[in-house]
Amino acid sequence: MAAQTVLQKLEILADAAKYDASCASSGTAKKNSLGGKGIGSTEGMGICHAYAPDGRCISLLKILLTNHCVFDCHYCVNRKSSNVARARFTPQEVVDLTLAFYRRNYIEGLFLSSGIVKSSNHTMEQIVEVARILREEHDFRGYIHLKTIPEADPEIVHQAGLYADRVSINVELPTDSGLTRLAPDKDARQIEGAMGKVKADLVEAKDARKRFRHAPRFAPAGQSTQMIVGADAATDADIVGKASRLYDNFRLRRVYYSAFSPIPDASAVLPLKRPPLIREHRLYQSDWLMRFYGYKPTDVMQATEADGNLPLDIDPKLAWALKFREAFPVDVNRASKEQLLRVPGLGVKAVGKILASRRHRALRLDDVALLTQSITKVRPFIVTVDWRPITLTDRADLRSLLAPKSEQLELFAA
Amino acid sequence: MTALQHVKLGTYYMVHLPEADDFDFWRERARALVQCDVPPDRVAWVEPGGSGDLFAHGERRMPVPPIDAKPVRANRRFVSLARNAILHSDPERFALLYRLLWRLQSNPRMMEDKADPDVRRVEELDKNVRRDSHKMHAFVRFRLVESEDEEVSEHYVAWFEPEHHILRANAGFFMRRFSNMRWSILTPRGSLHWDTETMSEGPPAERHDAPGGDPMEDLWRTYYASIFNPARLKIGAMLKEMPKKYWKNMPEAALIPDLIAGAQGREAKMVEKGALEFEERPDTLAAIDKAIHGCRKCPIGQLDNHAVMGEGPQDAALMIVGEQPGDQEDQTGRPFVGPAGQLLDAHLEKVGIDRRAAYVTNAVKHFKYVQRGKRRLHQNPGAKEIDTCRWWIESERAIVKPKLVLAMGASAARGMLGKTVSISKVRGAPIPLEDGSELWVTAHPSYLLRLDGPAREEQARLFDADLAAVRARLEELA
Repeated sequence: MAAQTVLQKLEILADAAKYDASCASSGTAKKNSLGGKGIGSTEGMGICHAYAPDGRCISLLKILLTNHCVFDCHYCVNRKSSNVARARFTPQEVVDLTLAFYRRNYIEGLFLSSGIVKSSNHTMEQIVEVARILREEHDFRGYIHLKTIPEADPEIVHQAGLYADRVSINVELPTDSGLTRLAPDKDARQIEGAMGKVKADLVEAKDARKRFRHAPRFAPAGQSTQMIVGADAATDADIVGKASRLYDNFRLRRVYYSAFSPIPDASAVLPLKRPPLIREHRLYQSDWLMRFYGYKPTDVMQATEADGNLPLDIDPKLAWALKFREAFPVDVNRASKEQLLRVPGLGVKAVGKILASRRHRALRLDDVALLTQSITKVRPFIVTVDWRPITLTDRADLRSLLAPKSEQLELFAA
Repeated sequence: MTALQHVKLGTYYMVHLPEADDFDFWRERARALVQCDVPPDRVAWVEPGGSGDLFAHGERRMPVPPIDAKPVRANRRFVSLARNAILHSDPERFALLYRLLWRLQSNPRMMEDKADPDVRRVEELDKNVRRDSHKMHAFVRFRLVESEDEEVSEHYVAWFEPEHHILRANAGFFMRRFSNMRWSILTPRGSLHWDTETMSEGPPAERHDAPGGDPMEDLWRTYYASIFNPARLKIGAMLKEMPKKYWKNMPEAALIPDLIAGAQGREAKMVEKGALEFEERPDTLAAIDKAIHGCRKCPIGQLDNHAVMGEGPQDAALMIVGEQPGDQEDQTGRPFVGPAGQLLDAHLEKVGIDRRAAYVTNAVKHFKYVQRGKRRLHQNPGAKEIDTCRWWIESERAIVKPKLVLAMGASAARGMLGKTVSISKVRGAPIPLEDGSELWVTAHPSYLLRLDGPAREEQARLFDADLAAVRARLEELA
């Protein structure tokens, strides 16, 4: 077989990386290339340099170093027993590609992951080598996200954190039994152990910087993880519970959800229908409720239906409000911030605007309409100077009144 | 030009701005006008290229504020909004900002009133400008210009069409990011040039002033097409963040129509090559028996052979799993009746396990072979074939619910565990299974058949030891 060109390798190794949901490039330490020898900057806000027709942001060059893998995880397109085309980049090829793309302003940086070749340590060393060349030989100051391998030596993982803005370890599946069944070579204890080690390194580096200004940074954009939704029997309640434990225990910046997506040459242990993409969306909404709206995991779990899953036709916030109607209506001129944040249709920004404006005027329904996206959604749950929903919150058919009327048909419903 | 000493009532003022984005000039003039108590409806603001028709007769000389004029008040929020809003292309922006500044003098906390129309409008302008800047950071695409001069370093040139007057305001972003790179950004409103040390401004440019392509763009397009997951088409979400107006200057955007058109076909192919759609799990052994005879989910099922169902009591405490039926099993339709089966029977009898009390079955339900003349030669099933067939063995396990499963050989172990294990490493100790039962792994009797001499004796001894351990464990569990 003729040697593959960089273009052919890129085609295979980007294709293999597309099942990873994260592409974030935000929240890292500020840096720029002034006074340096190379290029690159990170100024807080992430930048999406393009959007693919799947609606996802393309911020980083997201590729695998290789898609050869000794593991046999059934949901993964790169597992050992899959017969997809294989390719392997050298670290230098990844470095050259990253710099060429960065100079043309295509990307914010690199998100590098890899199949496991030879050994976990060898693979992790190769990943770190790419970051080392970028940072040390080219003084690259753009964003680097490295996927770390839980089975690798913690010392090498630590090295990764010294070069990278963010490191991540995928927990893969929401339940241990799902992991045993679908990722037989992985071990939940080992994954959580590695996350715990990264957390300890993060805490230690932060502490050191408080005392020594030049102490080395360790993954200033923190660590994240990813969970596959719909590949095992876990309910949304299970998933939300797992996510909140992960946030608490490992101080994660983000838990990403990836709806299990049909992969070429899938393993037969996945005799599953594709979960609707909207399920992933509802989980992200619940994630937002917990991170920005003051909901507890138990609140979100209360919003689930009898089968433990969040309703698909309405968002989790509305689902919660319909279950706890006694908490409404809320007077926008008097209610606390916490109460306002629970009103379906009021976002964090709208609540901020209401709180600021009501010091200047007694808000009427028309005023609220100016501050929100859709007053029809909000109206049943609020009281203004000139508006009070009389019986609306008691109506049994409120859900059908508020649920989106014409359901967008899923393009490729499974 | 002599300035007026004091303001005449009813005078209309006209202010010409030297640049469309000159905030400092606007601020200086606005301050003076407020101090002279000139109401907003008496001032017209004209930017370069704009017309001042409304107040064509307006006074162009600025009033001079009285010495005892009160200082002009503006809070930080207003100033930060105004700095951005002034970059907007709306010709009314200067007047809007002046009106706000005027009103702020009597109501210093006015910016908090988010329902006020002027406050809303200035926030909207600010938002539009921030978005335009953000899209500029994102969608500028540099192209490398080959230089004839060897001495000069590589030069990267971009053509971009911003909606608002944001070019100068964003020079710093590109300078900080590409400080050691020679670059130019050309736009219809002006251009920026950075030579790794100083920034210079140039006149408005046209598209053909910028290079038409870059060899790297093939790689970038390949990346764009490959990272797209056709199973998740969400065109609306893409258009919201990357509206079509930007597409013409982005090399990758030309691919979008074909990617969308091809997505449905690509996903169908992925699914076809991918996940198998199994029906509901059968809930009786008879239903499994019927279903496996019709199973063509892997290539083995396509051969000229018959499915062989497990046999034994439905409440057996022990399930014995082999690899797959052989030639004789295929012909008789019963598991473990050929040479390996006879050897198994002999060893079971020796250690005192009653085969009739066990449920005996195979990890793979059909005989995999290659035809050599009249003979059908046994072939090991592949990992994927075992995984495919795992559906059936799991269905059998769900009905029989054995307390202990004995897997013989690597294929049977994979059928139970989903991964390939080394027999020598896992034999002799129980492996817990999800449903609370336990798995014991040993060699396949056909392995013994292939050996002779001391090696066979040694393996037969290990095999017996495994069987004896299983028997002892079964007695414990009973």
